Amino acid sequence: MNSLRRSAALAGFRLVIAGIPILWLGLFFLAPFLLVFRTSFADPVIAQPPFTPLFDAAGGIHATLDNYTLLLNDSLFLSSYLGSVRIAAISTLLCLIAGYPMAYAIARSPQPWRTLLLLLVILPFWSSFLLRIYAWMGLLGTHGVINSLLLDLGLIQRPLALMYNDAAVYLGIVYTYLPFMVLPLYAVLEKHEIALREAALDLGARPLRVFTDITLPLSMPGVVAGSMLVFIPAIGEFVIPALLGGLDTRMIGRALFDEFFINRDWPLAAAVATVLLLVIVLPLMVFQRGQARAHP
Amino acid sequence: MPSGVPVIRTEGLCKSFAGQPAVNGVSFGVEAAEVFVILGGSGCGKTTLLRMLAGFETPDAGAIYLDGVDITHMPPYERPVNMMFQSYALFPHMSVADNVAYGLRKEGVPRAELRARIKEMLELVQLSGFDARKPDQLSGGQRQRVALARALVKRPRVLLLDEPLAALDKKLREQTQFELMNLQDRLGTSFVVVTHDQEEAMTLASRIAVMDKGRFLQVASPQEIYEYPCSRFVAEFVGTANIFGGHVSGVSDQVVSLTADSIASPLLGALHSGVAAGDQAWLAVRPEKIQLGKEAPEAQAGRCVLTGVVQDLAYYGGRSVYRVRLDGGHTVLVSAQNRLRSPTRKLEWDESVYLFWEAQAGVVLTQ
Amino acid sequence: MKGRSLAIYSWLAFGYAFFYVPIVLLVVNSFNASRIGSHWGGFSLHWYQQLLDDPQILAAAWLSLRVAFISACGATLIGGCAGLALGRFGVFRGRMALTGMVAAPLVMPEIITGLSLLLLFVALKSLTGWPESRGFTTITIAHITFCMSYVAVVVQARVATLDFSLEEAAMDLGGRPFRVLLDITLPGIAPALLSGWLLSFTLSLDDLVISSFVSGPGANTLPMLIFSKVKLGVTPDINALASIIIAVVTAGVVIAGVLMLRAERKRVAQRP
Repeated sequence: MNSLRRSAALAGFRLVIAGIPILWLGLFFLAPFLLVFRTSFADPVIAQPPFTPLFDAAGGIHATLDNYTLLLNDSLFLSSYLGSVRIAAISTLLCLIAGYPMAYAIARSPQPWRTLLLLLVILPFWSSFLLRIYAWMGLLGTHGVINSLLLDLGLIQRPLALMYNDAAVYLGIVYTYLPFMVLPLYAVLEKHEIALREAALDLGARPLRVFTDITLPLSMPGVVAGSMLVFIPAIGEFVIPALLGGLDTRMIGRALFDEFFINRDWPLAAAVATVLLLVIVLPLMVFQRGQARAHP
Repeated sequence: MPSGVPVIRTEGLCKSFAGQPAVNGVSFGVEAAEVFVILGGSGCGKTTLLRMLAGFETPDAGAIYLDGVDITHMPPYERPVNMMFQSYALFPHMSVADNVAYGLRKEGVPRAELRARIKEMLELVQLSGFDARKPDQLSGGQRQRVALARALVKRPRVLLLDEPLAALDKKLREQTQFELMNLQDRLGTSFVVVTHDQEEAMTLASRIAVMDKGRFLQVASPQEIYEYPCSRFVAEFVGTANIFGGHVSGVSDQVVSLTADSIASPLLGALHSGVAAGDQAWLAVRPEKIQLGKEAPEAQAGRCVLTGVVQDLAYYGGRSVYRVRLDGGHTVLVSAQNRLRSPTRKLEWDESVYLFWEAQAGVVLTQ
Repeated sequence: MKGRSLAIYSWLAFGYAFFYVPIVLLVVNSFNASRIGSHWGGFSLHWYQQLLDDPQILAAAWLSLRVAFISACGATLIGGCAGLALGRFGVFRGRMALTGMVAAPLVMPEIITGLSLLLLFVALKSLTGWPESRGFTTITIAHITFCMSYVAVVVQARVATLDFSLEEAAMDLGGRPFRVLLDITLPGIAPALLSGWLLSFTLSLDDLVISSFVSGPGANTLPMLIFSKVKLGVTPDINALASIIIAVVTAGVVIAGVLMLRAERKRVAQRP
């Protein structure tokens, strides 16, 4: 398709079309990202901006690894990184457990229903994420619907602490990201389910064997894709732990936010961000390699 | 008809993709009002060649001339050459009239003339009254005619057609073939057609170019291609041919005799290209040129007679095809017209038969 | 067999209840006269009244809508170009860079995107004096940047399904590249541009984290205001606000769905 390159008008046209996004992303995505990297080697100062420049007045390079040393020696950050990964992993597993049967049921529904059921999974995604988390606050709070209901029924004597803990964070993440698990699972299940299932039954496999022999292995790409779609954004999640989590809920997004807005230590926040990016890129690379192996 | 002056002419066109040559040194000329068909299997480079003529691909080497002007590097939107796409590529969001008008609008043709030309063109392709329809409201044959009208309304010097009939079903294809020829006859536009279908090539073409591996193997009239193929590839690609390999044992009086392995009697064919005794050569004989019988035919000069056993036969209504195993082990296909409704001397499986052909029915090939 | 199906469909019903019960309760509660959500104090539009009398909320909503509108338009334009380039141009110089830069914002935590853009705006200000203050402009730029990737992905997918010979045919008939873009390509990718625009509008309207980083004093978007209010617990006027937003979004999605379904039916019905 690149054979028209000698035509000047076409070359100019393509230059403009490809050039606009490249310029925009270069300026507003790549450059800022390099700035984060640079800032992570600066010292905090009380000034505007609140960090030392990379090049000092004499033209020498001013860079320090202090932020990274601090980061690695501070148990708060270490436990926040680990907490993020743990909470994201558990939430992903919960999404998979909740989402697989849903996707399976949708894929096996008759056609007019299938579209509607799918639409109902997508619909919450269009309404505000913040407000959906807020809706749970109304349910889980000390004076929330669940506690009032249980109190009225006489099942409990005192309100339960349903909110401001890790469990509420799991709930929030599952609630928010479940559609991202269901959709890719549905896509693979729908593709293989009916014909192959009938073939396997015809060849004498019992329904449970059909599931373990045919459906489950073939749906693995969907499992992996869905898991990535939940796990990756969950690691950097800020809003859910901030609203539903307790004081001891350690997640790195929240730690970064606080470091930046409360302690105003921009260089340390930049270092936290750089390391967070590594935490996210690693599973992505594993995922990419798996994909490349699956589709050589 | 052909004036001898080419409208479009190429010189040594070459094009490679990722180091793989797709078109490898193709030169030809197409004369006014000629239908030039490029025939080849998939991957032979015929589509790449057509796309170079249209301007979608830039040749790595060689040149294209239109009326003597070098257009090799002219972008497609400036070339007075139009193309009918295999998928028809009708703009789905435009009506039939807007589709046909598109090219004229880009030319800036005045409104009144534009309307007149669209009307005339739609009449020509028998689609009057379909102006307001959208492409997905048309049948396959109607779509094909819109695509044709859209390309022809620009009055191109050359119309390029990429597998023009491939998307139609068999019945419609035959009818459309004749319509296409009629139209071409009336307009006198030069057509360059690309196809993999030899029947289509035979009926449409004034000349056929058989293409393989990026090269033209033979360029000739349909009849010449069929009757006098220049190589085993052409003989087998266009129609069916029985091919016997061997050595020339004698050349006399326009008749070549060939000694083939494991066939006792010499095989006879017409002298076509220069061969001498001892040369390696092949004899190609079309199945319908071989006659079959239960009794030995009269011996004649220049008649080649072999014996064998009917191994298989297939009845096609108008004709039957027999697969005969020669005594030497070769299998020969013979096609016979079923002239009589119930022939008294029907041939059956495992029957011993004589087969024979006249020397001028066989073609001696050296490659 | 029957029992297993029943179990699976019960699970599905439970899943949908999980999705929708909190939202329904929130909407019901927005009409609750009582301040405490768990006790029904009678039907009331009090919280809606309070919402409309709150200039802070109205200002934030107006800012958010303006940002979302401009961001969606900008993201559709730039992201559309990116999707077109990736879907149509084959191999070109800068393709690798563009592919990477389009994919990266999709996996980049918002918190890093926000931080990095703030650092850029601060650096730009000390270099060039622009942007003088952070607010509408900086938020819009940030939103265009993270929304355009979504548009690019949607457009690229759509472009891949389009018959390339349509554009070639238009060019063959004398259309210059830019005309062909307008005449043929744009109508072809229009559905993708529309869904990209809607997606961007929603994402922008919803964004809290990035806006928090790149906005300045006094410029509060609606999510920023909501967040600062609900951090401390449930406030009934936010229930009302949430209900309005949910009603608008639901209506929008349902209308869009019905329109698309009708167009599809019409198309199918007209086939010969």
